[in-house]
Amino acid sequence: MQELAIQLFVTNKEELTPEITLPLAQTPLFQLAVELKARLTSFGGWEMPVQFIGIGREHEAVRTSAGMFDISHMGKFAMQGNQLISQLQHLVPSDLSRLQPCQAQYTVLLNPEAGIIDDIIFYYQGKDETGEQRGIIIVNAATTGKDKAWLNSHLDLNQVNLQDLSSEKVLIAIQGPQAAAALQPFVQEDLAQIKSFGHLEATVLGQKSFIARTGYTGEDGFEVMVQPSVGVELWRSLYEVGVIPCGLGARDTLRLEAAMALYGQDIDETTTPLEASLSWLVHLDTKGDFIGRSVLEQQKSIGVKRRLVGLQMQGRNIARHGYQVLSQKKIIGEITSGTLSLTLGYPVALAYVPTQLSQVGQQLEVEIRGKAYPAVVVKRPFYRSLNRLAS
Amino acid sequence: MLLEYPSDLKYLDSHEYARLDGEIATIGISAFAVDQLGDIVFLELPEVGDAVTKGESFGSVESVKAVEDLYSPISGTVIERNEAMLESPEQVAEDPYGEGWLLKLRVNDPGEVDDALSADEYRAQVEGE
Repeated sequence: MQELAIQLFVTNKEELTPEITLPLAQTPLFQLAVELKARLTSFGGWEMPVQFIGIGREHEAVRTSAGMFDISHMGKFAMQGNQLISQLQHLVPSDLSRLQPCQAQYTVLLNPEAGIIDDIIFYYQGKDETGEQRGIIIVNAATTGKDKAWLNSHLDLNQVNLQDLSSEKVLIAIQGPQAAAALQPFVQEDLAQIKSFGHLEATVLGQKSFIARTGYTGEDGFEVMVQPSVGVELWRSLYEVGVIPCGLGARDTLRLEAAMALYGQDIDETTTPLEASLSWLVHLDTKGDFIGRSVLEQQKSIGVKRRLVGLQMQGRNIARHGYQVLSQKKIIGEITSGTLSLTLGYPVALAYVPTQLSQVGQQLEVEIRGKAYPAVVVKRPFYRSLNRLAS
Repeated sequence: MLLEYPSDLKYLDSHEYARLDGEIATIGISAFAVDQLGDIVFLELPEVGDAVTKGESFGSVESVKAVEDLYSPISGTVIERNEAMLESPEQVAEDPYGEGWLLKLRVNDPGEVDDALSADEYRAQVEGE
């Protein structure tokens, strides 16, 4: 073993290998992670906990009880305007006009080539007393600046007010089958009224806050946006009732079991949502023009050349980011993410492969340290929670 | 947690150890390696009868997040590999210097191990990291 530094997340080359090393940012909850002796890593320009008690135990806590993640590094924008929805419609392939107040849509910002600038969640909050539409967008940490510049240059700022809450608010994800029970005592409103992908302006520890029933683990759970002092108190309160603090390590293994894409690794500006198997968020038939539409129309009519698929390794060797995928001894693709699925007990991976080799059941091979090991294309997600609420 | 480094072992700065008993060497990974790796989920080891060469990777150890090549402080021929650890690699962490050993080698030249670090030298190195 030459290098024992934890090789967590081979991240977006563009964002994360800057010429000059900038000091890492820390969230308002960073000190709580230090107090708990978390092992730390850098991620998207932030110094973040990678594990507290161990990735395996944290992962299991989210699958069987409840875990919590500090995700305050993520970008957070509040938006408001008379024509907010119609303005945003131009930037995403999803039909946001279908959203009712207190519903949300996972979607992507696209460049003109239909490459993914970022994957985001848009939470529609309905109209305020003056009739203006309001909403919140949560984006990836490393892409916050890029997204903000894109939104500012592609929205009519005379009509839309965009407020960057990224450094003002703390975001805590509480995830797992016991998440609702663990969080409820600290929330005035009944959490049962929030459906999956629903959200609410709620009162947390007596303070106005935002709660969404969303997450990045494939499990039921909530994401709570509060002011930093409330965030610190909420973290401590949840810790006292037994919610397990989790780091980015478990966040990665959990999201990968749920086959959720990691930006900069599984999706980026060179991949389209149709290639990334995100066609469910592309609504060409029900909406008008948007940036990237013509490329997606073309891909839809002639078919994509490659697709992001789920692979299950047939043995115990773990396919990891960057490993080559082979078919009949020829290189046909590359692993974008791979891990041992801690819940399922076998290695799983995501990879782009040619469409003709992307059908479920297709036998492929992955080259691992000079040897080819069998893999098979399987349905995504690898893991589906039985506890998850229907949306 | 205070990590232990038994003084009868020789260590590599890449965190493997060798315990020499006559012409038999037991190879494993240090408590520091186990601590840094976290949950060990997979081991790749050579077969019985394979040659292991000092300075060349003989296998790998994987945790959830990392994969690391393994090196031996001494050359020899594999006479036994720890099948129990291959089956349940997470158990290496419980006793890395005892039940969690990886390979037993019949060594070519016991003197080769002298190049490796003593426990004190190794401790100084890892505690400086």
